[in-house]
Amino acid sequence: MSWDDAVASSIVNEYKHLAGATLPILHALQENFGYVDKRAVPLIADALNMSKAEIFGAITFYHDFRHEPAGQTVVKLCRAEACQSMGCESLVAHLKDAHGVEINATTPDGRLTVETVYCLGNCALGPAALIDGELVGRVDQDLLDAVCTGKSHDRMAG
Amino acid sequence: MSTSIKIYVPRDAAALSVGANRVATAIANEAKKRGQAVEIIRNGSRGMLWLEPLVEVETAKGRVAFGPVTPKDVASLFDANFLNTGAHPLNLGLTEEIPFFKNQERLTFARVGVIDPLSLDDYIAHGGFAGLKKAVTMTGASIVQEVADSGLRGRGGAGFPTGIKWKTVLGAEADQKYIVCNADEGDSGTFADRMLMEGDPFTLIEGMAIAGVAVGATKGFIYLRSEYPHAYQTLLEAIRTARAARWLGPAIGGSNYAFDLEVRLGAGAYICGEETSLLESLEGKRAIVRAKPPLPALKGLFGKPTIVNNVMSLATIPWIMANGAKAYADFGMGRSRGTLPIQLAGNIKQGGLIEKAFGVSLREIIDVYGGGTHSGRSFRAVQVGGPLGAYFPESLLDTPMDYEAMAAKKGLLGHGGMVVFDDTVDLAQQARFAFEFCAKESCGKCTPCRIGATRGVETMDKVIAGDTSKLALIDDLCHLMTDASLCAMGGLTPVPVMSAMTHFPDDFNRAPKRMAAE
Repeated sequence: MSWDDAVASSIVNEYKHLAGATLPILHALQENFGYVDKRAVPLIADALNMSKAEIFGAITFYHDFRHEPAGQTVVKLCRAEACQSMGCESLVAHLKDAHGVEINATTPDGRLTVETVYCLGNCALGPAALIDGELVGRVDQDLLDAVCTGKSHDRMAG
Repeated sequence: MSTSIKIYVPRDAAALSVGANRVATAIANEAKKRGQAVEIIRNGSRGMLWLEPLVEVETAKGRVAFGPVTPKDVASLFDANFLNTGAHPLNLGLTEEIPFFKNQERLTFARVGVIDPLSLDDYIAHGGFAGLKKAVTMTGASIVQEVADSGLRGRGGAGFPTGIKWKTVLGAEADQKYIVCNADEGDSGTFADRMLMEGDPFTLIEGMAIAGVAVGATKGFIYLRSEYPHAYQTLLEAIRTARAARWLGPAIGGSNYAFDLEVRLGAGAYICGEETSLLESLEGKRAIVRAKPPLPALKGLFGKPTIVNNVMSLATIPWIMANGAKAYADFGMGRSRGTLPIQLAGNIKQGGLIEKAFGVSLREIIDVYGGGTHSGRSFRAVQVGGPLGAYFPESLLDTPMDYEAMAAKKGLLGHGGMVVFDDTVDLAQQARFAFEFCAKESCGKCTPCRIGATRGVETMDKVIAGDTSKLALIDDLCHLMTDASLCAMGGLTPVPVMSAMTHFPDDFNRAPKRMAAE
């Protein structure tokens, strides 16, 4: 859903009683809106009695928090050492060469976001990716082709 | 009515990543179609990850394994009468007789893959809560002494004696103390924490409760990385279940002790594996590393005395309490006592989790357990201990997995992860990546790490382009980062770089082929 200050405020209020509530609030906002809008900064600062600088600082420190909405499909592709040893960098090149999909960006049509992630804990079955929250091992070009073209694949879903 | 046959299909994320849910569904559908009564139990993984999805059928002789199973295999498994151990190409025999599994010493992982991770009854039937029941009858000091006597050292990587940390917190006076579990398992090539949290979460809860009883802490936090959504769901449900059964709450296990805990998600910052940065993050701030002293044991979370321990350390405590410090210390070598859950990963044929007593050689793990590279090409390097660990060549593979023995070869054991590379790897690129990773993940507090890592990437680019005169600069920079960084992030980034330069000098001496040809 698109950003709504009233909804955001109610989410902030739901979590503000927690000790060290900043991250739980930011996760809940991103879960709901798909990103954390800059309008969240004063809301959270007020609720937690922290400065806006502290909240802005926290949002920008952590890689997870997006500053704008992601594409409809989000692929988090692991590029850490174990997946490097299984050729994850050739998959990054394939995305660009075959589909014009850049890593750490959303496609202009808003359909696909591919992000770098360092380790999904699936290091014996690499290359690994988290595709819309589903962990996939032994990722290959064929699977990425299906994701890029919006086709179903027998190794996805379920 | 015939009794239903028990079938185990893992719910471990690695098994799911290769289709375990689809296999479980296919088995349920096929059984229904054939009128076979089956009970499908979603267990943790046995750790033989190349065989996932590994399906097990319970028999009078023990569980029989089939794997790797795809949904397409399910009909043929029923045709072959696999429920009565019929012959089938995927039949691997008794799970516990498979050499990879049989030759391990599973203490911390004793229940993982065996039980239903979310069944308290199953947990208790397999010895669960024996450690906590014993702990609540002991004084805090005697629990801490038991942990100290076991020789347990922090499994997160630093190897600091757990008993000493606990003793410091026990001795601290405060109105509130905390137990914090570091579940920010960010090292590439490691997944032991994840497998344990998904496969036997009550063990971690029990370990944290024992820590609380020992030092007088009533509140715990599990700081879990956000890249582990499956472990998160499992932990949430396990905590709810434990609370409902009063293993958490105001009177744990019917004792006079109170202990409760919460799971908190990280947000994709590798630095949060460093304990003081983790505490800052839990407090809701940017995860900037704190200078020590004060130690977290005295001034930790919200300024209160805090035990910060890795998942593996805390999950081993119940075994030590139930079986005694001596039984644990009987495993291992030198000053590395007990067992190490080793994670074999990367370009390896048979990757997975291998819990062994300290002292096993790298070669035995790679050759005997791993069976060589996945690609079938020759072995070239193994990085042990995560992104801050050394790259070792073939000639160092006889090094035993022991904190001191690894340090003597200028490497580290870390969290026990091993990432294998075949002969296509370029160690100059890996050295560059070590700097790049540090530049991306540095918290930015200290200059050697924040600036040094960026200068390292730039300088490595020049080396890779053929300017080998810059290698002296890399060497200099590595010494500076080692000596002057505030924490292990900047302080250990030189380990992969220097080991790559020392053991694989040819990769750093490649003038571009084009230049050579001219």
